[in-house]
Amino acid sequence: MTMAESQILPDSAAIPRSVYEISRLSKTYARNRLVALTDVNLTLREGEFVSVIGSSGCGKSTLLKIMSGLMPPTSGRVTLEGKPVTGTRADIGMMFQQATLLPWMTTIENIVLPIEIRQGKSAARAARARAQELLDLVGLGDFAHVYPGELSGGMAQRASICRMLITRPAVLLLDEPFSALDELTRDFMNMELQRICHETRATAFLVTHSLAEAVILSDRILVMKPRPGRIVEEVVIPLPRPRTLEMINTPEFGRIVAHIRDLLGKEAEQ
Amino acid sequence: MTDTVSDDLPDTVWIEKTSWIDAMPRWLAMSLLFIAVVTLWDLVTRWGWVSPIILPSPAETLADLIFVGRNLITGDYMLGALWTTTKTVFFGFLIAASIGFLLGVLVGETKFGERAVMPYLVAIDTMPKVAFAPLFIAWLGFDIASKVALAAFIATFPIVVATAAGLYAASENERMLFKSMGATRMQTLLRLKLPTGLPYMFTGLKIAAVGVMAGAITGEFLGGGKGFGALIRQSASQMDTPRVFALILYLSLLGLLLYFTVVWAQRKFVFWNKDQRPGALG
Ligand SMILES: Nc1ncnc2c1ncn2[C@@H]1O[C@H](COP(=O)(O)OP(=O)(O)OP(=O)(O)O)[C@@H](O)[C@H]1O
Ligand SMILES: [Mg+2]
Repeated sequence: MTMAESQILPDSAAIPRSVYEISRLSKTYARNRLVALTDVNLTLREGEFVSVIGSSGCGKSTLLKIMSGLMPPTSGRVTLEGKPVTGTRADIGMMFQQATLLPWMTTIENIVLPIEIRQGKSAARAARARAQELLDLVGLGDFAHVYPGELSGGMAQRASICRMLITRPAVLLLDEPFSALDELTRDFMNMELQRICHETRATAFLVTHSLAEAVILSDRILVMKPRPGRIVEEVVIPLPRPRTLEMINTPEFGRIVAHIRDLLGKEAEQ
Repeated sequence: MTDTVSDDLPDTVWIEKTSWIDAMPRWLAMSLLFIAVVTLWDLVTRWGWVSPIILPSPAETLADLIFVGRNLITGDYMLGALWTTTKTVFFGFLIAASIGFLLGVLVGETKFGERAVMPYLVAIDTMPKVAFAPLFIAWLGFDIASKVALAAFIATFPIVVATAAGLYAASENERMLFKSMGATRMQTLLRLKLPTGLPYMFTGLKIAAVGVMAGAITGEFLGGGKGFGALIRQSASQMDTPRVFALILYLSLLGLLLYFTVVWAQRKFVFWNKDQRPGALG
């Protein structure tokens, strides 16, 4: 059944060019000689939304850190827009599990921080208008000048989305960005994320624990298996875009979720 | 219409019980304790349980407090002594804060500092630092400089340790955030690690404020000079215990002033730190 579904790709359009290319990637943590990743190969195409799903400790965060240039691989090759990744770059936007807003700066100051760090104070001042637009977009327009201590968890996470978007990154790397949120907020944020990715034509790579979240957002889902961490399956999600929350109740959605749960279950048994 | 609770029922507003000992306002709690201690003190001296040379009565002490207070207000020799000690404490604190901060950054930010400098600092810190007083006097003379040096010497170490600990305090996530923004080491230090470490540094400064007082007075005990410590020693050698008590009380005001200046600065600069519990005097 998956093979049939896998063939549903945007047929008439030419295949978009690849943005990220990862080949034969391995990572062994020197400290404990732990093999976190072996032989990971993947390609991300422009505008694509790809999720990674897998049990805890299977190396998802490690993969993301290597892709973003936060950490070097032990072997293998990572290129972004044709250039090898050998450090962090301005065209990558990252979002972590925690919002990590700095408590001594107001929300809007936090959001323009990436600009300030890379381009200085005057560029940051110039970016404030755009920061305010982004805040309005995620419904935090009135909270630009409060300190993060006064934001709820979901509001802080929305603010950190704005901080990621302020530099207009071509690629978004998201490490369980919404796992700390309640389910309603999470659904809302997921739809926001889809809209943002669509509008900015950004390529997104999402690590998640939630099957439903992965299915509703992704064009493709990569299933990882631990010890040593590797990608064992790729599932193409044939649901049409734009996705809506109502799709969660369709039989097709249920079938896809069941299929991936099956794959994950099989991994767990081995 | 759905079933709703009838509006005639009274609101269930109730008052959380607090025991009377927790409900006391601070002024009352402090006054009560003060009265209790002074009464006990008065009884002990009145009934002759302790010799007046060891413990003067509250009345005698009060008389001396007034005498010393008058002397200070009229700008007599005691004010000069207090001024000398104040200068010693001030400069000692300033030097300790500057050197302590710089060493703390060296230790907390560079591997060299952590590996090479820190072990020596720990070794020196475990020594009884007061034992260095004769050295400082030999090097710097009987004037204020030797006392400043001892005070600064004692107060530096808590600031080094606190600053270094503060620089380690930024979380892994915050460090990754700065790295992913392409921040330089200097930017990470200035924009992330130092602000994160500020609460730690203020804790170090508070410990240093106490240490600098002890250092200044010890220096004046051992090295003479014109400070308050010398006055206390003189009065003690004359068995004038009420005077010693009175001088110590005035001296403690200087310590309190320094301490609460630090607390005030902390409130002002670390405005975001919500986990400072109220009532703990900062
Ligand atoms: N800095 C490190 N040093 C040594 N081992 C590490 C380090 N970071 C992670 N590991 C190990 O590498 C493996 C993969 O970790 P990773 O954080 O990538 O997992 P994950 O898939 O993101 O898990 P989770 O879903 O719980 O976040 C784990 O076994 C972990 O113990
Ligand atoms: Mg992880």
